[in-house]
Amino acid sequence: MSINEETVKHVAKLAKLEFQEETIHGFTKELDQIIQMVEQLEDLDTTGVEGTYHGITHHSVLRKDEAKKEFERDDLFANVKTKQDGFIKVPAIMDNGESGA
Amino acid sequence: MNFETIIGLEVHVELKTDSKMFSPSPAHFGAEPNSNTNVIDWGYPGVLPVVNERAVEFGMKAALALNCTITQDTKFDRKNYFYPDNPKAYQISQFDQPIGHDGWIEIEVNGEKKKIRIERVHLEEDAGKNTHGTDGYSYVDLNRQGTPLIEIVSEADMRSPEEAYAYLEALKQIIQFTGVSDVKMEEGSMRCDANVSLRPYGQEAFGTKAELKNLNSFNYVRKGLAHEVVRQEKVLVAGGEILQETRRYDETTGQTILMRVKEGSSDYRYFPEPDIPRLVIEDEWIENVRESLPEMPKERRIRYVKSFGIPEYDAEVLTASREMSDFFDGTVQHDADPKQASNWLMGEVSAYLNSEKLSLEDTALTPKSLAEMINLIEDGTISSKIAKKVFRELITNGSDDVESLVEEKGWVQLSDPNKLRPIINETLDQNEQSIEDYKNGRDRAIGFLVGQIMKQTRGQANPGVVNKLLKEEIEKR
Repeated sequence: MSINEETVKHVAKLAKLEFQEETIHGFTKELDQIIQMVEQLEDLDTTGVEGTYHGITHHSVLRKDEAKKEFERDDLFANVKTKQDGFIKVPAIMDNGESGA
Repeated sequence: MNFETIIGLEVHVELKTDSKMFSPSPAHFGAEPNSNTNVIDWGYPGVLPVVNERAVEFGMKAALALNCTITQDTKFDRKNYFYPDNPKAYQISQFDQPIGHDGWIEIEVNGEKKKIRIERVHLEEDAGKNTHGTDGYSYVDLNRQGTPLIEIVSEADMRSPEEAYAYLEALKQIIQFTGVSDVKMEEGSMRCDANVSLRPYGQEAFGTKAELKNLNSFNYVRKGLAHEVVRQEKVLVAGGEILQETRRYDETTGQTILMRVKEGSSDYRYFPEPDIPRLVIEDEWIENVRESLPEMPKERRIRYVKSFGIPEYDAEVLTASREMSDFFDGTVQHDADPKQASNWLMGEVSAYLNSEKLSLEDTALTPKSLAEMINLIEDGTISSKIAKKVFRELITNGSDDVESLVEEKGWVQLSDPNKLRPIINETLDQNEQSIEDYKNGRDRAIGFLVGQIMKQTRGQANPGVVNKLLKEEIEKR
């Protein structure tokens, strides 16, 4: 797999990042090298080796379903720049992935 | 060209837990905006989400009720997206190891039964709620952020909007019986997105699908799909191409409107959630959950028809909700005649609930008190006329002992001849003319006399006994 400028622009857009044209050129080269390095892993024979999703063997950590109110709204709102009547006020964004759920 | 309609549904169901999926914040409705949140819901740096055990149990319960296989070695994944309803900028979901997979449910349309396969059931968290103002701003409430959800994805097995409607009804009923959710579309605890495409009859490959959103009732799902089928057909017949896009159903016009060309799944950049270790579900846990499943509506209907001789339609009505069905079973367990119990529940009880806009649990009526009342009617202690008064009392104020209640209130039917004869004779003394009429063959006179006696006893006299005694007393004169 090789990285081209289109891919870099697309990923930057998804991450809501903006770059100058020449920076993108540099990133494309760097990312391509990174991918190539990682692709070396594909040379390893992993037949019969199960996939790993976590670096730890610890598993099944669960919490009892007990509701607790631990925070005051005012404290949680400390970093909210604009608010109104207990709501967080943000510029309206209508056309994108509402309720990603 | 003739086209076949292909529909698959994605249904989100909110789980009725006390706390959220990954944080201990209360997961309840109706609180002040942003008051039921904590640092985990906001995604503050350094916080760690921990999985809610009951949410996993509920997810399993729903999956098992939908005939799914449980994934015993499972995990959570991050789905990345930017939107103000989720300050974390990602949703924790399950990508390739959903908690349940390969299930099915049965639907019935126009008397024809059909199995709809369920591809997967996965656990995830809900996002917050955005209210769009008219001032160019949106107002965000994060109380819903982190509420446990399951997403139920069907296979593209439905072939008409009517089948989609029937699927939703069957699904809602099953989930409602498991008790893991309120499954109310009008309250948002059940939400539906629909994928729809057309293909020429005989073609195997599916056409390009459009996704419909904003389907806020079962009816809108049906209408939105019907509109979309016509729209796609027009495009295809004109030689056009269907784009993979997300469309919004507009309730006022009944049309679907383009929202956006759909992002590919890879744009969400899913990866295993590093903050949550994998989840291993032991056999024992699955079996415990399986055993806790209640008898499902279909099995109940069969039992009602077979063991109780209840008509199929009545069995359908009685199993429309778990509440009603449990109440019916409870009443029968308290020794009421099943047909009488069914008649009362479908008649007086349902009428009362409709007129007062209440559900059974909001009333004072219990299966025990209803059964006691039915048995008092049956053994003649109360008349069916008085029973309406008793019923009113039971459903509004309740009673632990209906027999004592009717005695206290003086509602016991008067059937004792020794008590009735003096009243009858007194009435006869005052109505010589009616005796005369009766003896001259006017049978209607008897009706008048019975009416007088009922009036005298304030409706408590047993009309059958009165009739018999009255004729005896007249003969004596």
